[in-house]
Order: sequence, then structure tokens, then C-alpha cells
Amino acid sequence: MLDLKGYGWLLWEGVQLTVMVSVVSMAGAVIVGLLAALAKLGRSRLRSAIVEAYTTVVRGVPELVLLLLVYYGVPTLVQDVAASLGYDFVVAINPFAAGIATITFIYGAFACEVFRGAYLNVPAGQHEAAAVLGLNRMAALRLVILPQVFRYALPGLGNVWMVLVKATALISIIQLPELMRNADVAARATRMPFTFFFAACLVYLTITLASMWAQARAEGWAGRGVVGGRL
Amino acid sequence: MLTFLSDHLDAFASGAVITLQYTALSCLFGAVLALPIALMRLSPKAAVFWPATIYVLFFRGTPLLAQIFLIYYGSGQFRPTLEAVGLWQFFREPWFCAVLTLSLNTAAYSSEIFRGALQAVPRGEVEAAMALGMSALQRLRFILFPRALAAAWPAYTNEVVYQLQATSLVSIITVMDITGVARVIASRNFAFYEAFVTAAAFYLAIVYLVILLARRVERRLHAHLAAADANGSRKIRA
Repeated sequence: MLDLKGYGWLLWEGVQLTVMVSVVSMAGAVIVGLLAALAKLGRSRLRSAIVEAYTTVVRGVPELVLLLLVYYGVPTLVQDVAASLGYDFVVAINPFAAGIATITFIYGAFACEVFRGAYLNVPAGQHEAAAVLGLNRMAALRLVILPQVFRYALPGLGNVWMVLVKATALISIIQLPELMRNADVAARATRMPFTFFFAACLVYLTITLASMWAQARAEGWAGRGVVGGRL
Repeated sequence: MLTFLSDHLDAFASGAVITLQYTALSCLFGAVLALPIALMRLSPKAAVFWPATIYVLFFRGTPLLAQIFLIYYGSGQFRPTLEAVGLWQFFREPWFCAVLTLSLNTAAYSSEIFRGALQAVPRGEVEAAMALGMSALQRLRFILFPRALAAAWPAYTNEVVYQLQATSLVSIITVMDITGVARVIASRNFAFYEAFVTAAAFYLAIVYLVILLARRVERRLHAHLAAADANGSRKIRA
């Protein structure tokens, strides 16, 4: 096995932070994605145009550039605007918040596309049946449409999750002590970069494999009431 | 913002050239490597199937940043060995490690696209080629590849767009691509949002230009199908 020279605990602390950042960002991305998808599918032209611009920008700009923009750009922009109004103060975003905000912002756009596709997969008859039962729009959405949207969205969301976990490695660039950053610290201290980056790779691989297994289980569970079950 | 642009446009343009070079090189090497991997993944022999499968799993299951660090910094741990075989002069160079990692990474993703496309070629066409007495190599060259290329194109152009954005990570190991240029200009002039917004605009422009070009090629790849459709409907009408 890999000899971690007593730095295993540092990696373990990093793993915990990586998982926490991933879970919080994923929850945020699901909420942002759902709201954005509803706005894109809704009747308001303005709202769907805003969402269109949002997904277009996120798909065309690297995650690293967006992260640097949020972490370094936003505070200096706020300071400059404040200075032009005659205020003088220093704004600093902490890496944890900047990381989660950026990852949520990026993967919210991907989740939006997943939810939109899933919504369009719900047969028109389901909408009609809900209307015939006398459900108003909100009740129909909550009781009939969204549960089915989530089932159709599950494969896509699983994919978003796996890409998102890997994207959290980027937050190490702004010094958040997650797995990648701590592997870097240990690599420098022991002068064994290959050992520690390889260990970090194995941890990410384990998370990916566990996620694949969990996803298969979840899809089976979500399709339990459907003839022919799995999508 | 305007003076910022006029002052630094040259630097960003040279960064864009680097970004395009790294994208083109890694996509080229990646695609060349992806084909044999895709064929190996389709093999019924375990000794052929598993090495390719583990390769794909490793490069798709770990972050690109970790792979870059593993190769760029990690190679230092084997410096005496690499020096002995004369490879150290390459591994100490950021550009070499960057192109190597990007190529290995995109090869894993591309091979999955190619594999899906090869599997999507209708079985009847392969059987027809066999019936005509084509060898395995001829079948690959005249039937499977042309058909798979058209099927893989939309997904593959997506991969190229991802790769274009992924090259931004090479700035972390000091390569002066668009992101690298932006980071230096930002910290030197204390112009963070100007620099990163400009970088974002450069990427957006290049990405949507690539998508536009890819759509054109896609129409050409499917031209014979469109023509067949038109002929078919004319026949029905006549």
C-alpha cells in the first residue's frame, strides 16, 4: 500500500471538506437548476431570456476563470464601485463561500438543462389528467409533474454530481484545505508528490465508483412503480 | 475598461494562440489514442478489454487538476530514473506535461464517444461487408469508420469544447494561455474583474466560433442523408 508518512489524517480532513463542499454545492445546484428550468419553460419571455444568457455564459467559460472572477473579481469590483461613491472599505470573500457559490452557479446551469429535458419527457397526458382532476397549476406541479420530473432527471443529475465532485478540486487554487490542497501540502512537506497526488486520485476514484453504485440503486428505486422499471 | 482592453489586447491575443495550440494538439493526440482504446473496449478478450477499461475509468474518474499535478509534480519523485532514460528534459517542462496530460485525459473521454458510435453502426451493414468478402481492416476503413465518424461528430465536438475550456488549467503550472495571461495582468495591475471578464469574453467567443464551425461540418457529414431524404420523398410524390 501507499506509505503516507503520517499524513493520512491530513488527507482524511481534506476528504471530509471535499465531500461537504460537494454536497452543499449539489443541493444548491439542484435548487438553482430547478428554478432556472421552470423559468426557461415558463411563459415570461424576460425570465427565459435571462436563463438562456446564464446557461450560455456558463457553458462557454472555463470553471477556473469563473472561480477566479468570483473570488478575486467580485470583491475588487465592489470596492471600486464603493470607492467611486466615496466609501472606503476592504471586501474579502472567504474561499469556502466563493468555492460553493461558484460551483453552485456553474452546476446550476447544467442541472437546469437536465430538469428541462426531464420536464419535456413527462407525457402531455399527465398534465391533462392533473387538470381534469381539478388541480391548480401549483398543485399539479407538486403532486403530479415534479415527482416524475425527478425520476427522469435522475440519470442526468447523477452525471452532474460526478462531474461536480471532480470540479471541487479547483477550489484548492484559492487555498481551501480540501483534498487536493491537503495532498499538495503533504506532497511538499514530504517531497513525495507522486505518492500524495496518486492517493488523492484514488480517493476521487473511490467517490466516483461509490456514486455510480448509488446512482444505479437510486434509479432502480425511483423506477419501482413503473412497468419496465429502469429508463 | 476600454483603456484596459487597448493596453492588454495583444497579451490576451497571444494567450488565445496558446490556448488554441494546446487544444488542437491535445485533441489530435487524444483522438489518435482514443481509437485503439475504443476498439480494445469492444474486444471480448479480458486481457485486451480490462487495461483499456481501467485507463478510461482512471482518467474519467479523477479530476484533470489531479492528473496534471500527478504528472508535472509527481514526475519529480522519479527524477533519477527519468534522467537515466533521458526523459527528464521533457517532464521538467510545463508545456510537455500539460499537453501530455490533456491528451491522455481527452483520449479517455473520446474513446467512450467512439465506442458508442462504433456500436451504433447497424449490424446489417457489417454483415453486408462480410458478404462482399471485405477483410476486417477493409470493414473498419470503408464501413465502420465513415459511419461512426458521422455518428460521433456532435458528441465529439462537445468534447472539443470541453477540452478548450479544460486547457485553462495549464495556467496553474505557469503556461501563459488566456487564463495565465489574465492572472498575471490581474495581479500586476490590481485589475481583477477587468482581466477575468476579458478572459471570459475570449473563451466565450472562441467556444461559440468552434460550435458554429462544427455545425457546418456536421451538415456536410450528413449531406448524403439529406439528399437521400429528398430523393425518397420525390419518388413517393411521383
